Amino acid sequence: MAEFGAFALILGLALSIAQLGLSAGARVRRSTVLAAAGEGAAFAAFLATAVAFGLLMHAFVVSDFSVANVAANSHTEKPLLYKVAGTWGSHEGSMLLWDFALTAYGAAMALFGRNLPRGLKATAVAVQGGLGSVFLAYTVFASNPFVRLVNPPVEGRSLNPLLQDPALAVHPPFLYSGYVGMSVVFSLAVAALIEGRVDAAWARWVRPWALAAWSLLTIGITLGSFWAYYELGWGGWWFWDPVENASFMPWLVATALLHSAVVTEKRGALPGWTVFLGLAAFTFSMLGAFLVRSGVLTSVHAFAVDPKRGVLLLIILGVTAGLGFALFAWRAPGLSQGGVFAPVSRESALVLNNILLAAATATVLLGTLYPLIREAMTGEAISVGPPYFNLTFMPLMAALALLLPTGPLLAWKRGDALGVSQRLWIAALVALAAGLAVYAMEDPRKAFGALGLALGAWLIAGAIAELVERTRAFRAPALESWRRLVSLPRGAWGMTLAHLGLGVFVLGATFETTWRAEAAETLPIGGALNVGAYHLVLKDVGPIEGKNYDAERAIVAATRDGHPVCVGEPERRLYLAGGQTTSEVAICNRGFSHLYIVLGERRDSASGPVWLIRAYWNPLASLIFLGPVIMALGGAISLSDRRLRIGVPRRREQPA
Amino acid sequence: MRVRASLAALAGVLCIAAASDPSERLPNPAQEARARTIFKDVRCLVCQNESIDDSQAELAHDLRQIVRQQVKAGKSDVEIKQFLTDRYGQFVLLRPSFDAGNLALWAGPFLVVGLGVVLLLGRLRNRQPEDELSEAERARLQRLSQDGRT
Repeated sequence: MAEFGAFALILGLALSIAQLGLSAGARVRRSTVLAAAGEGAAFAAFLATAVAFGLLMHAFVVSDFSVANVAANSHTEKPLLYKVAGTWGSHEGSMLLWDFALTAYGAAMALFGRNLPRGLKATAVAVQGGLGSVFLAYTVFASNPFVRLVNPPVEGRSLNPLLQDPALAVHPPFLYSGYVGMSVVFSLAVAALIEGRVDAAWARWVRPWALAAWSLLTIGITLGSFWAYYELGWGGWWFWDPVENASFMPWLVATALLHSAVVTEKRGALPGWTVFLGLAAFTFSMLGAFLVRSGVLTSVHAFAVDPKRGVLLLIILGVTAGLGFALFAWRAPGLSQGGVFAPVSRESALVLNNILLAAATATVLLGTLYPLIREAMTGEAISVGPPYFNLTFMPLMAALALLLPTGPLLAWKRGDALGVSQRLWIAALVALAAGLAVYAMEDPRKAFGALGLALGAWLIAGAIAELVERTRAFRAPALESWRRLVSLPRGAWGMTLAHLGLGVFVLGATFETTWRAEAAETLPIGGALNVGAYHLVLKDVGPIEGKNYDAERAIVAATRDGHPVCVGEPERRLYLAGGQTTSEVAICNRGFSHLYIVLGERRDSASGPVWLIRAYWNPLASLIFLGPVIMALGGAISLSDRRLRIGVPRRREQPA
Repeated sequence: MRVRASLAALAGVLCIAAASDPSERLPNPAQEARARTIFKDVRCLVCQNESIDDSQAELAHDLRQIVRQQVKAGKSDVEIKQFLTDRYGQFVLLRPSFDAGNLALWAGPFLVVGLGVVLLLGRLRNRQPEDELSEAERARLQRLSQDGRT
């Protein structure tokens, strides 16, 4: 079977090259026959890659250890879900997932791009075929997942138990479909530069792809963060780890792109910048793949040990992005400047949004790469950790949050600052009151907590104020407001939800970091500890036998003011295949807040065995994950707006 | 049987302790809180991007001990961090120092903001006159509106 997989993969590569050649030929000769053939090749390349992907998954499900990749990453006793997830758990498998997504988007572009102009479509399909060829060639020649072993082992080496988790099993597919979704934007940007036309219609074609990729990426990042929160055992959810940063940079760029594409679509302005962001979004996706997959992040030295793949990925990144940006430098000066706008206008607000997001991206990029650059140049190693990002990224985001609610209320072209302040004064008052109240009540003073709370309240109240404005609530009769509310375009709902989601996230993050309580004690059976307002008693600890692990499970009863609240059952697991231990935390949901209980090691004391029990009170922690989910939902709702599907009405030909 | 044997192995693995471990704690809560704040800025040198506050590695445990002892001895935060960098280099601090070598790192993001704002202002200034009517257009408008009236 593995040979069929390898064959299908090579077929996929050949078809991608055909897609590039046929579609490019179609553009040059203006031939609809060649264009249709190119699109056919795109479908066929997708099918071939899908077959290869399916066969690798099959090898994992049946534990075919004669395939080196399966032997290294799977185990017969692993639950089925993690056997399937093992398909993309390794370098080779994840590159195949990448190829699968890339060809799937190519096929989707051929299918859904019906209202694209023929020339633009053929060029974009050709560029997508070029990207597919490059990455499939890398997979076939440098990272083939179907390599056989001469002497297959009886048992596999299993997947890292930390990664055997439902959230992390589905994290890569979401993340990769987000990353790779940017390839369509890249292809459309390159095609537009070649055609020399970036206008409102182009921006409207780009937007659904960017929206879909952005929503998927949002979900992917959130899943990873949620996994870290409950799996790593101490409730951290964002570490500014280079691997996280690698996924966060394309997200920031895509967010900027969504906003600048609106300006290009509605006003024809900023075409060059929107195209630039379109190129940058996929470049950062590739950079992310390179950083994570090359080993360069662990240390410059780890990279040097096995440089072949890293260097190849770097070459792919350099050539692809280099060609894109060279084309940009050549063609962008010819693009029109677009509409005029006043200093106070929605255009200006969106440009400021883009400036701040670009600076935020620069912060994350510098924080991630600077230690590598400095070490390579001076040999001196430095660390860039959370304190750096708190001092640079946070102020930029605070400024963005402060600006955000004004944007949707400003008119295009020339806005009315006084009118906006009249519509937002209630929101501003709510935010100020919340912030000041918390600042005054807390002792010791929590300035950052108060500020975060005020910003979160401002974002949420601002989103509501925007809905009130659109529906003329409290000014028009209630029935009329209701009619306006239900007939709001889905795009508007999407935007409002995404902005609201950001506010929800800011609230959750602020509460969790500012008012988190922590307690840790070594307890005998029957021992107790207090965390926040809760009283925890260790009732029992006993052994458990899992499918591929053994565990110790504690029973911890939590009460508040004498009333029972919940019983947590945290575990400490030993995975038999690799000998690693992991901790399964118990989380009691209290509204949006979490009581987070961890079972630590067993120790011996004079009076018998004791266990290290740690407990955290994480106020409003659910909101940290709920916020991004609301944002992604906003993206999905906006995507279902029919205005995105029917496209721009064609401009009638000017009468001669 | 399998369970008992592997749980014996489980007990042998030194794990999941990190900074909150009660056996490490300083008796004075104020000093302990200060030590915890310092931990968050100190890198566990052998881990992947973890502070010694979070890390369960042996080395992190040793570093926490050093910091706690120095806090107890009444050393200031600056003195403690100086001690650590003298011993392990800049790498040990999660917040890079504000020196010339890190200028690009600290100034970069704010330069991007500055550049963006300058470009935006340039665009706003260049474009404004086009919004107004030119002298010729004004005259033409005048003429047209008069034509309409007569």
